[in-house]
Formats: sequence, structure tokens, C-alpha cells
Amino acid sequence: MTDDVILQVKDLKTYFKLDEGLLKAVDGVSFDIKKGRTLGIVGESGSGKSVTNLAIMKLIPSPPGWIAGGEVLLHGKDILKMSDTEIREIRGNKISMIFQDPMTCLNPFLRISTQMIETIVLHQGLDKKAAKDKAIEMLKLAGIPAPEKRIDQYPHQFSGGMRQRVMIAMALSCNPEILIADEPTTALDVTIQAQILELINELSERLGTAVILITHSLGVVAGMCDEICVMYAGRIVEKANADQIFGEPKHPYTMGLIKSVPRLDKTTKERLYSIPGQPPNVINLPDCCPFFPRCEYAKDICKQKYPPVSGISTGRSVACWLYGGGN
Amino acid sequence: MAKYIIRRLLSLIPTMFIIITLSFFLIRVAPGGPFSGEKGLPEQVQQNLLKKYHMDEPLFRQYLRYFGDVLIGNFGPSLRYKESSVNELIAQGFPNSIILGTVALALATFAGICVGILSALKQNRWQDYSAMSLAVIGISVPLFVIGPVLQLVFAMNLKWLPVSGWIFSRAGLKTLILPALTLAFPYFAYIARLSRASILEVLRSDYVRTARSKGLSEGIVIRRHVLKGALLPIVSYLGPAFAGIITGSIVVESIFFIPGIGKIFVQSALNRDYPLIMGEVIVYSLFLVTMNFLVDVLYGFLDPRIAYK
Repeated sequence: MTDDVILQVKDLKTYFKLDEGLLKAVDGVSFDIKKGRTLGIVGESGSGKSVTNLAIMKLIPSPPGWIAGGEVLLHGKDILKMSDTEIREIRGNKISMIFQDPMTCLNPFLRISTQMIETIVLHQGLDKKAAKDKAIEMLKLAGIPAPEKRIDQYPHQFSGGMRQRVMIAMALSCNPEILIADEPTTALDVTIQAQILELINELSERLGTAVILITHSLGVVAGMCDEICVMYAGRIVEKANADQIFGEPKHPYTMGLIKSVPRLDKTTKERLYSIPGQPPNVINLPDCCPFFPRCEYAKDICKQKYPPVSGISTGRSVACWLYGGGN
Repeated sequence: MAKYIIRRLLSLIPTMFIIITLSFFLIRVAPGGPFSGEKGLPEQVQQNLLKKYHMDEPLFRQYLRYFGDVLIGNFGPSLRYKESSVNELIAQGFPNSIILGTVALALATFAGICVGILSALKQNRWQDYSAMSLAVIGISVPLFVIGPVLQLVFAMNLKWLPVSGWIFSRAGLKTLILPALTLAFPYFAYIARLSRASILEVLRSDYVRTARSKGLSEGIVIRRHVLKGALLPIVSYLGPAFAGIITGSIVVESIFFIPGIGKIFVQSALNRDYPLIMGEVIVYSLFLVTMNFLVDVLYGFLDPRIAYK
């Protein structure tokens, strides 16, 4: 089982020093990525999902941000302790990323060919000619029609969905072990969203790439992910496999999220459920459960101390006082 | 692209027509005239002078006559410098101003961009603070302070460079250094601030994050992904700056005794030397619109999103 683990994130902390105070964007997050599996990270805006993954790549803008603690072990080696040269060997090669807004993530001044070839030449040591052939092959896999022609065009000549396909082709061009997809479909039309998710699924399966899928939509993770982490205010509140999360959610926040998904099989005309209240301001957050003001099961202890993470079964854990004090 | 260039060139014709017409009538509206000096010429002499330069004719007729002359490239005689024509005066001064302006702007651009890059990469560190302080000095200290200070230090005290003179004198190209530095300073300061702001903006952009996430080294990220987008605003600033630096060099030309066009420009306006003013306005505007045109064409090559039809 442990042989399959490619990447281990252990107690990762990423803070930002802002004028208003200390922002603990990520505060002790741990999870494992296994070979060829898909991990979903779900949470509201500002819950720390994106920062977690930028930290894995050591791409936190500094200042004002810094990695305050924890380990990110890639095959047992801590990325956070690596030199800039070592980490550049990993970026785009072992771990690559695609981002939310394909309209702004490609350089508008450079041809697609330039942007794709530079990565392949850098990591695979191919010459430009061979790299271009490889790039065309990747574009073809990503479903770009007439890739031989399209590769010499500029990003503005592509639609949003096509640009995301280019990003995916570029990210997978060096056969990375892990693909981090940071809200890859949020900026796209619903019909295109399904196509892009399908493409990520299909290509990662074919190339044996593990995927970290960051999203705020439970619907997206439901169809794609093997394991799911639910994040709230910079921490993982529940971690389980997909069936467990949807079948028997443990954390009140997860329950709320699932209740607020619109369902086709409900016939009653009641209003769609929403979790009451607002997500907390994570600046100078006290040591309590950050969800207690919105929680219908809140007890006294919730206001006083952050709940310990309790393991429920193998690979399943939850951070909530409802499930005892760490038993 | 060719179509666009032709269309832009054709549009220069009405622009120039409007400039010539407006300036012709506007300078006549200003009170006084070329012969109304403080000494006061006898009535008869004034009449004869007006007659000689056809200024006793109705204004519109003068305009038509002038326009006809301009079309064949004749700017007429100077009313003040009686031994030379306007064409000769401009031909003498303009090349010198162009040489000075080109050297100064090249210097300002190169140094400005280098300092801008350094400042942006070392944002909020001592390199940034000192570069931006220098830029504030460049923008706020007037040329008639910078020029004499440079003369004092490098010419009088250190005796490295001549105090004044021009490249055709015995000192040769050495005479170019101090005036070019002086003239370049405020432009350098502006370009440094502009490129710093622009690079900082691009450094925070999504596509630079993508470039970093691909494992590119910081040098390649800056050279290939940042600079091209960041330097576009500077290109569009350079067009008008080039025209401005050439005509605006009057102070520097006076300080360093350079036979440029700047001095004649101011003198002609004070003297109401109508043909000379007109000649300079035409040459200056032609220069300005040409520069703007070149910048627009250059933009088309630098920014692939712009398609000229």
C-alpha cells in the first residue's frame, strides 16, 4: 500500500503577513497521493485549497507569504528543503499544474509552440524539432484539431476551452507523476467543463498520472475522485474516499455541503439548502473550531479548542468534537 | 499590414493640413508683429517691409500663397535673420538637435530599462529604493541645475570633458557626453519608473506563474515571459518622447552652446517671425506624427493580439 504513495504532505503550514494581521491560509494540512489515483480537494473560496498546492510547488509569492512548517515528501524527499535548482527539476517535470483561468495563464506574446517546446526541451533534453513533434502529439491527445497548424498560433486565437486543452497538453507533455488541477473548469461553460474533466480523466488514466483536483464543486469531485479532502478555514476537516463522503458524511460542514447540492430526484418545491452564515475571516483566527458559528451541532468545547483529528477507519478521518477527543 | 500602413500614411495629409491652417491663423491672432519692435520704425519703412513680404495683402490671400510655397517645400524667408531662409535655418539646427536627442534618448531608454528591471526584481529592497530616489531626482530637478552641476564636476574640476561646444569643434564627440547626459536624465527617470511598474505588474500575472510552474529558470522567465509584455508601454512612450526631446532641448542647447533648433524655436516665437515659426511647427509636427506612426507599426510586430487591417 505505502509503495504506491508518491507524494506525502505532512502538517503543511503556509502563512501570509498582511497589514491586517497574520493570515494562516493553510494550517496543518496532511494528505497522501497514490500512484494513478485522483484526490479531490473541496472547499469554499479562501479555504486554502489553492495555497496548499502552490506551497507543494514552492510557488507561494514571498513576501508576503511563507511556508511556516511541515513537509512535502516526493518519494520520501522533502521538496520544501530543496534548492531552487532541484525544485525546478520537479516543476513541470514530476509535478505540473493547470490553473483556473485559461484566458490569462498562457503568455499572450508567445506562440503556443514556444511555450510548449521550452518545457519539453528543458525537462526531456530533446532538440527543438523533436520537442515540437512531441508537442503536436500532446495537442492531438488533448483534442486540438489540426495541431500541426494550431501550434504556431498565439493564445488569443484559441477559445477558452481550447486554451485549457493546450494547458493540459503542456502540463502532461513531460509525463509528470502528479498533475495539480486548480479549479480547471471554473472559468468555462458547463458543457465545456464536462469535456475538460473527461479529458483530464482520460489522459491521466492513459499516462498513469495521479491528479489533485481542486474545486469548490462537489459535483465535479463526485464523478472523478477516488479520495476527497474537505477543507475549511485552512485545514482539512474531513478526509475519506468518495463513496464514504457522499454516503455517510461525518463532519457537519461536509453534510451541509452535500445537502446544498441541487438534486434531480427531489420533487418537492422546497428552497435549496444553504449553510447559514459566512465563511470565517481567517486573519487572527482564535483556537476554536472555525465552523462552530455555522454548525447546528455546536457544543461548548467547540468554542474553546480546535478539535483533534480522529481516525475513524483506514484512510478516513474527521476533525470534529462530535467524534470524541481523538479516540 | 501594407494596407494599414498606406492608410495611415494617407491620413497624415489631412492632419498636416489642419495643423498648418490652424497655426497660420493662430499666430496672426497674437498681438504684435514682426516689425513692431521697441524702437518703432517710421511709418513708411513699415509699409515697405509689409509690402516686401506680401503682408499688406488680405490674410486669406497670404494663407493661399504660403500654402502654395509649402507644397513645393519652400518655407519662405526669415523676417529676423535676413540673410538666411527658413529652410536654411532649419537645415542648420535640426540635424544637431536630432543627434543630441537620439543619443540622449538611447541613453535614457537603455539605462531606464536596466534600472527599471533591477528595481522591480529587488522590489522594496535597498537597490529599489536608491534607484527610485534617483528617478525622483531626475524628474524633479530642472535641467538648468543638472547641466551646470555636471559642467562643474566633470569639466571644471575633473577636467575630463569640455565645458561646452559642439561635435564639429576640436574636442569632437567628447562635447556630446555632458549635454546628452543632462538631456537624458529626466527621460531616464521616467522610463525607469514606467518599466518598474510595468514589470511588477507582469511579474504578478497568471502567465508568469505558469512559466514558473513549468520549472523555467528565473532568468528565462524574465527574459522570455516578462520583458516582452512589460516593455510595450515604453515603446508607446518613446514616440512622443523622441519628438519632445528634440524640440525641448532649448535649455540644454543654451547651457552647452549647441547650434540646435531649440533656441531658434523660442526666439522665433518671441520675434513673431511668422515664416520661421510656421516652418518649425511643420517640421516638428511632421516629426511627431511620423514617430507615432512608427510606434503603432512597431506595436503590431511586438503584440500578436493586434491585427492591422
